[in-house]
Amino acid sequence: MKTYTLSVNNKTIKVEAEPETPMLWVLRDYVGLKGTKFGCGMGLCGACTIHVDGQAIRSCQTPISTVKASSKIITIEGVSEGLHAAKIDHVVQKAWIEEQVPQCGYCQSGQIMSAVALLKANPNPSDEDIDTYMAGNICRCGTYERIRKAIHSAAKELKTEKGTTKRPSNTR
Amino acid sequence: MSSKQIQRRDFLRYAGLSGAAIILGVSNSSAKAQELEVMTSLDVASTPYNFTPYIIIEDTGKITIFNSKPEIGQGTYQSITALIAEELEVSPEQYIVQQTGGESKFGPAQFSGGSFSVRSSYFDMRKAGAAAREMLITAASQQWNVPITECYAEKAQVFHKPTGKSLKYGALVETASKLEVPKNPTLKDAKDFKILGKSIKRQDVPLKVTGKAVFGIDVEVPNMVYASVERCPVFGGSLKSFDKTATLNIAGVEQVIEVERIFGVYKSTGVAVVAKNYWAALQGRKALKISWDYKGKETFSSKDYTDSLHQLAQKEGVEDANVGKFDETYQNTSQKLEAFYETPFVSHSPMEAMNCTAHWKENNTLEIWVSTQVPSDIIRDLTGRYGLKEEQITLHSQLSGGGFGRRLAIDFIIEAVNLSKSIQKPVKLIWTREDDTQFGPYRPPTFSAMKGAISEDGKLVAFQHKVISPTIMSFLDPNHDKTKLDQNMTEGISHQQYEIPNMKNTFVYSDIHVPIFWWRSVTSSTLAFSHECFIDELAHAAGKDPLEFRLAMLTKESDTKRLLLKLKEVSKWEKPLPKGKGRGIAQWEFFAGLGGHVVEVTKLSNKAVKIDKVYVVIDLGTVVNPDTVKAQMEGAVIMGITAAIKNGISFAEGKTEQSNFHDNPVLRINEVPQIEVHILAEGGKTIKGVGEPGLPPVAPALANAIFAATGIRVRKMPFDIDNLS
Ligand code: FES
Ligand code: FES
Repeated sequence: MKTYTLSVNNKTIKVEAEPETPMLWVLRDYVGLKGTKFGCGMGLCGACTIHVDGQAIRSCQTPISTVKASSKIITIEGVSEGLHAAKIDHVVQKAWIEEQVPQCGYCQSGQIMSAVALLKANPNPSDEDIDTYMAGNICRCGTYERIRKAIHSAAKELKTEKGTTKRPSNTR
Repeated sequence: MSSKQIQRRDFLRYAGLSGAAIILGVSNSSAKAQELEVMTSLDVASTPYNFTPYIIIEDTGKITIFNSKPEIGQGTYQSITALIAEELEVSPEQYIVQQTGGESKFGPAQFSGGSFSVRSSYFDMRKAGAAAREMLITAASQQWNVPITECYAEKAQVFHKPTGKSLKYGALVETASKLEVPKNPTLKDAKDFKILGKSIKRQDVPLKVTGKAVFGIDVEVPNMVYASVERCPVFGGSLKSFDKTATLNIAGVEQVIEVERIFGVYKSTGVAVVAKNYWAALQGRKALKISWDYKGKETFSSKDYTDSLHQLAQKEGVEDANVGKFDETYQNTSQKLEAFYETPFVSHSPMEAMNCTAHWKENNTLEIWVSTQVPSDIIRDLTGRYGLKEEQITLHSQLSGGGFGRRLAIDFIIEAVNLSKSIQKPVKLIWTREDDTQFGPYRPPTFSAMKGAISEDGKLVAFQHKVISPTIMSFLDPNHDKTKLDQNMTEGISHQQYEIPNMKNTFVYSDIHVPIFWWRSVTSSTLAFSHECFIDELAHAAGKDPLEFRLAMLTKESDTKRLLLKLKEVSKWEKPLPKGKGRGIAQWEFFAGLGGHVVEVTKLSNKAVKIDKVYVVIDLGTVVNPDTVKAQMEGAVIMGITAAIKNGISFAEGKTEQSNFHDNPVLRINEVPQIEVHILAEGGKTIKGVGEPGLPPVAPALANAIFAATGIRVRKMPFDIDNLS
């Protein structure tokens, strides 16, 4: 057992764990953040997707010993708090509700984490960009077409939001 | 009512009630069976109530609507409660949903299966809502001392038309509770619906986009330990001995212990590693040294099993239907066709693998937290199995990360309960994806021997569908008579609307020791493939257009005929496709409902196609939430394509060859065609189901499209659309 210091959703926490314990189980069972899901444990399904320093990674393939204390980890719970700049988080979640994406919902934390990372890297993704980026996230319920639509509508919304914030803030 | 004994605590605690409330539901007592009944919080508490509550309205204004059909992604959270809310005149944001936990007081039908939820609840739930509404209106008219006809309900309030004054439902609880329940409340006219028939947003969706939804796997209880079980890799093998030394040396591991899993007649003993955290349990499992007795089952393989099914096809079989004179007509018709179709075992693979948290307590009470499709069955089974009374079991039915039939089984629940009983601790047992893929139960394969004869004027005059397969019932019922028909295995083959004068359908039983089970649309998902592809073959043999060939066999009015005509219209069937493209059609009617699909493909080479578009028409009779239906159709198409073109499950040396999503793949976002859904909500003879009927026609419509585009006739699932043969 070793003690690790982590920054999870902007909070510093200490965790005692075996070095090879995947972040998936650290987050779920040690930190108590259950929004990150176990789907395959092999990096094949994306249900466990989280962000480490803005990059979407598969937490089931990420031993705790490989995560730096200085790295910023964001999970679906952090997205719900709107921890990303430009409130990209809430725009994506809103689009997900608007398009009524989830069926069982089990894969959706991972889908949203991937979508947020995609939109940060590529604010205007084409269908092909979406397919390429999101192909690592399985949805057994088959919500793919709605995921595509929700990403497009979030991208559109973010564009108009940007337009609004660019307006000089000292005028009324 | 006053004579009833006071025993209020249980119910009050259950419903979390503190003040006055009315509870409306259905009586389960024999004298008043299925009659609507109302109770106050006091009454309910005071009767050892045999009563199915649907609605609770508290004096605080809080409105709770019960959902007895587990939410597995199909939307019952919204659709079932909407039936009540519509008639009760409360809007979706004004009530909270409570999932029931299998208690007999909530009725015997707490399950989600057979595409049954909405159609079985449609009138009863509405009636309950309407009765409550009428009582609240009466209560307001009494409080105001005005005629009932001057009052109406809207948004959880009763209004007085002439004056515009209003009272919230909470303020009417007391008066309403003294009224008789109307025997025949007036249901709203469909044209006045505010919720039903509309694409209302689902109440569970916000939870599912924020990570707040609690699935079975997310449950945590104090002092809980985690477990993972190593099971015999060969089906039918048994445990000889094991060495746990290395496992116990792993940090966090607490115990290593035998545990039995029971799926119907299939029993197997595995070795459970119990640990402080799940990761330690997994590491401990890897360190186990186990010796198994394979009992000769290590020679079992898919190849041999396939051969045996081919052999069995020579047998006559038991009759499923026999109309007209098949043998004679077939004999005497010159144009005959025969074909043999094969389908594989497939896994359900819901994204949330099986898991269950169980706590067997010292006082012989049992508490369970689980994602399940069958709360009622769990209680029924466990009371019998462990000799417990219903009051000794508390079941917390969680949101399910997919079901598709897998969660109609309770093998993993029994396993968790057995484990907790042995270790006397709350334990969360989680199956890995490998466990989920390798230990079944699977959808059974069905093989089909088809025969057809076409008259000189191009009509199908004799038809035979012979099914060769193992039976699901032989697993569920130890007394199942294998010489008899198991209708699970011939689902729909004798119930299509086609007017075929001479038809003989039969079934040949095949033995299997690998656990098999219901899977979304069960054998309709395999039998529709052989049946509707063969109809396509016959159409081509008769030189007819496949859709016109079908319509010619539907001279009488039927839902199937309406459905096909709708498909013809929406798919623009009569408009020729550009060169290099092809389209195929299929429909299927079975216990769950009726759906039809047209699939369009593009030929990429002589051996490869790309799926462009799928048109779906579903016949429902009536629709509660069109957007939910659309979502179910999208999901069914994707699941249907997966089962048609991806690996499936196979066996070698007695073991499952696949283990995870790399070798048991499912469709991903980049492989999904366009899907266009049309709902027939009017004119249907009955209310039909949603969850399953969108699936069976997918594979045959695709295979028929492949034939149209390439001339290759696919008769075996799965088929590789990149390398057809
Ligand atoms: S659980 Fe990590 S990718 Fe599937
Ligand atoms: S919504 Fe069920 S797996 Fe994606």
